[in-house]
Amino acid sequence: MADLRTNFAGIRSPNPFWLASAPPTNSGAQIHRAFEAGWGGAVWKTIGAPVLNVSNRYGSWRYGNEKMLAINNVELISDRPMEVNLREIAEIKRAWPDRAVIVSAMVESKPEAWHDVIRRIQDTGADGIELNYGCPHGMSERGMGSAVGQVPEYCQEITSWVMEVAKIPVIVKLTPNISDIVMPARAAVAAGANAISLINTVNSIMGVDLDTLDITPSIAGRGGHGGYAGPAVKPIALNMLAALGRDSVVHNSGLPISGMGGISTWRDAAEFLLLGASSLQVCTAVMHYGFRIIEDLCDGLSNWMDAKKLGTISEVVGRSLRQVSDFKDFDLSFKVVARIDQQKCIRCDLCYVACNDAAHQCIDLIDRNGQLTAPAAYNPSSNGRVEAVSTRPSVVVREDDCVGCRLCFNICPVENCIQMVEVPPDRPSVTWDELTAKQPEIAEDWDQMERYRQKMGIRIH
Amino acid sequence: MSEIPSVTVAGSALQELLPPLSEQEAVTESARCLMCFDAPCTHACPTHIDIPRFIKKISTGNLLGSARTILESNLLGATCARVCPVQELCEGACVLGAEHKPIAIGRLQRHAMDYVYGRKIDVFHAAKSIDKKVAVVGAGPAGLACAGELAKLGVSVTLYEKRELPGGLSTYGIIVLREPVEVALAEVAMIERLGAKLEVGKEVGVDPAVADLQNGFDAVFIGIGLGNSPQLGIPGEEYILDGLEYIEDSKLQPAQLHVGRDVIVIGAGNTAIDCATVARRLGAERVTMLYRRTQKEMTAYPHEYAFVKLEGVTVSFLSKPVKVHHENGVVKGLECVRIALGEADASGRAAPKEIPGFNMVLPADQIVKAIGQDKLSLASRLDLKTDRGFIRVDANLETSSPGIFAGGDCIRARGSASTVMAVQDGKLAARAIYQRLVNHG
Repeated sequence: MADLRTNFAGIRSPNPFWLASAPPTNSGAQIHRAFEAGWGGAVWKTIGAPVLNVSNRYGSWRYGNEKMLAINNVELISDRPMEVNLREIAEIKRAWPDRAVIVSAMVESKPEAWHDVIRRIQDTGADGIELNYGCPHGMSERGMGSAVGQVPEYCQEITSWVMEVAKIPVIVKLTPNISDIVMPARAAVAAGANAISLINTVNSIMGVDLDTLDITPSIAGRGGHGGYAGPAVKPIALNMLAALGRDSVVHNSGLPISGMGGISTWRDAAEFLLLGASSLQVCTAVMHYGFRIIEDLCDGLSNWMDAKKLGTISEVVGRSLRQVSDFKDFDLSFKVVARIDQQKCIRCDLCYVACNDAAHQCIDLIDRNGQLTAPAAYNPSSNGRVEAVSTRPSVVVREDDCVGCRLCFNICPVENCIQMVEVPPDRPSVTWDELTAKQPEIAEDWDQMERYRQKMGIRIH
Repeated sequence: MSEIPSVTVAGSALQELLPPLSEQEAVTESARCLMCFDAPCTHACPTHIDIPRFIKKISTGNLLGSARTILESNLLGATCARVCPVQELCEGACVLGAEHKPIAIGRLQRHAMDYVYGRKIDVFHAAKSIDKKVAVVGAGPAGLACAGELAKLGVSVTLYEKRELPGGLSTYGIIVLREPVEVALAEVAMIERLGAKLEVGKEVGVDPAVADLQNGFDAVFIGIGLGNSPQLGIPGEEYILDGLEYIEDSKLQPAQLHVGRDVIVIGAGNTAIDCATVARRLGAERVTMLYRRTQKEMTAYPHEYAFVKLEGVTVSFLSKPVKVHHENGVVKGLECVRIALGEADASGRAAPKEIPGFNMVLPADQIVKAIGQDKLSLASRLDLKTDRGFIRVDANLETSSPGIFAGGDCIRARGSASTVMAVQDGKLAARAIYQRLVNHG
């Protein structure tokens, strides 16, 4: 059994899974049940300035039979009185000493306001504080949330105020609604924060109702941008996580990173760990399926770690970070081709049409006599199950022409039917950086590029 | 026109077997479709409906576009959605069939069809008249499809139907479990609204005369189907009911249909299965189908055989009727002889040979025969060449007499006759007729 215990900037939890600051952490009663279900920690829904909420505050993106590929929301920070939240935080921490109880906070951009809220949180016995610089809706209009996170200078200044009084670890939560995520992270480092978390939600408009022509969800006929989260944002989150891991200032600071953004399964969790997160926050998946998902998050992660002979979370953290590279460092001679397993192929021909219409036209239809054929080449009088199935052509890759783009692999509905097979490179290994360092002219002149291609036998299909 | 009986209402023993898909079911099911390119389901469909296209439209909520996609290839999409042997056609070819469940194509098609019929939406409208006249003989699926396609192209079509109701087997011969009468009649009404003129109770050769047809129209399409069951040639046969009439009564006058307690159905095709199903559902205690060959040779689709077994019908294979036992016309039983199978006969199936001395009498108070259909005589009256009694046509569905086309069961000398094949015939014949009309000025 892998050891899932986590020590994140001094905050200990029995597993790396924390509930993110969000509706599932709105009250002590909810967090109590979450801890009973096995969650390692919880980041209390942001407390701070007084607010009023609206109805129809969550929108969802349905794709095919997936009801909530993403969620967006215009819910504000906690609308419960601060006193009530603080009392319940203290009660929860007393009842669950082994779990991580972190409190998210957001107040007006004044040193006194921040000093006050930090002191009051510390009085509850909470393990840590998360500074909400990410909320992209409502609070940002009042100069809080992402209005802070989008300006590194504000981020640094407010964090400094917090650090003046903080006695427990302080995590700065970053907004993804910024052109370079590294900048606010460096600001947090400069201000002396103890940790970073990311990503908060992404600015989004969920859609338009085609009956009423209102924005959906409609709030009395109006709608607007809300924070976008859930499985659909995971790749964005992973990229930003990796960007911090690869930034020397952030990396050398040694600040741990709490990763979040679309974590739904243990597989997602493992990927966040591998790219440098050392605690994980989950919200949308819980909003969809409830606290019970913690069981497989832990079980699946533990079994995977056992299979990989990784004994502790720290052995996993950041392990794939070194693989993250820029394009200029990719090996240009590396070559894979698509290969279709004819036994597994169900002949949906999705690879054929994708390759033909959208890629490099290197999948052929081959009839039962081994001859090249065209789509719908059958006689119109031909019909019936037996004839349709028995005369259906095979899809075959012309490997010489395949550029290995991987589109067919991505869309094939059958597991392991299309494999991207590595083939021996036909020229020596070289990266763009290496190549253009020696021969800068080929990056500037198409004729030079053509000469290089001819010399190397590179044929563009 | 008779009043449509209430037998199709929910709760009846004969109500339509499959309920309509709810909107939720339809959307969920349609989202499962992989959208195969050059899809095998489309190849397998005799009318080659672009199935992934109509299913995708259901998943996006474009029901009108979905219905149009279906009707462009198959004007009788509502009937075919219900009566097609989808296991042998589209669904049988679905790539998800091997390891998963095939997409419920038939039921999705019905969903799209119900959408337009339920809202009285006319998907197509007649084109500008091209001032040409075509007579269509027989308002069954082939004739209706041909008439509708021609009307869409601006041809003036007169549809002659000898029966009181149009629709052919869809109205008279498909049990309500599969297709309620009103579905068939709604399709006829749609084709009438396209401009086809329907004349019921008109038997070509009687009124109008054959000559009227040949002189009064620029082309003729014959889709007259087939007749009643052929004679078995056994004593007491006059007390045996005709299978298609039995089904017809179950649809159009179910209150008058007398169903026995012990019913024997002679035959093992799809009509025999339907007769047996009706008998069971309307109260017969025992229903036995009698077939002189074995399960391997039976012409009923495997899924139909599986279905009828679940209905509690037994099948007596290798049995051939030789005599009806009756007392003053009241049926008491059916005497059968045991059969052994010999070499393959002309149909390619093993020839049945009687085993003398093994006769038995199966008790019965009602006997129904569904052993195929006789050919009708119109072909000879029109002097058309035939093939084993079926009207002979070329690849364009044109008969030996130029300008006279034919389709549907009356030409189906080979392969299994089905509604969807008839629709395809009607559609292809309409295209050929239109070309002929245009080319001949």
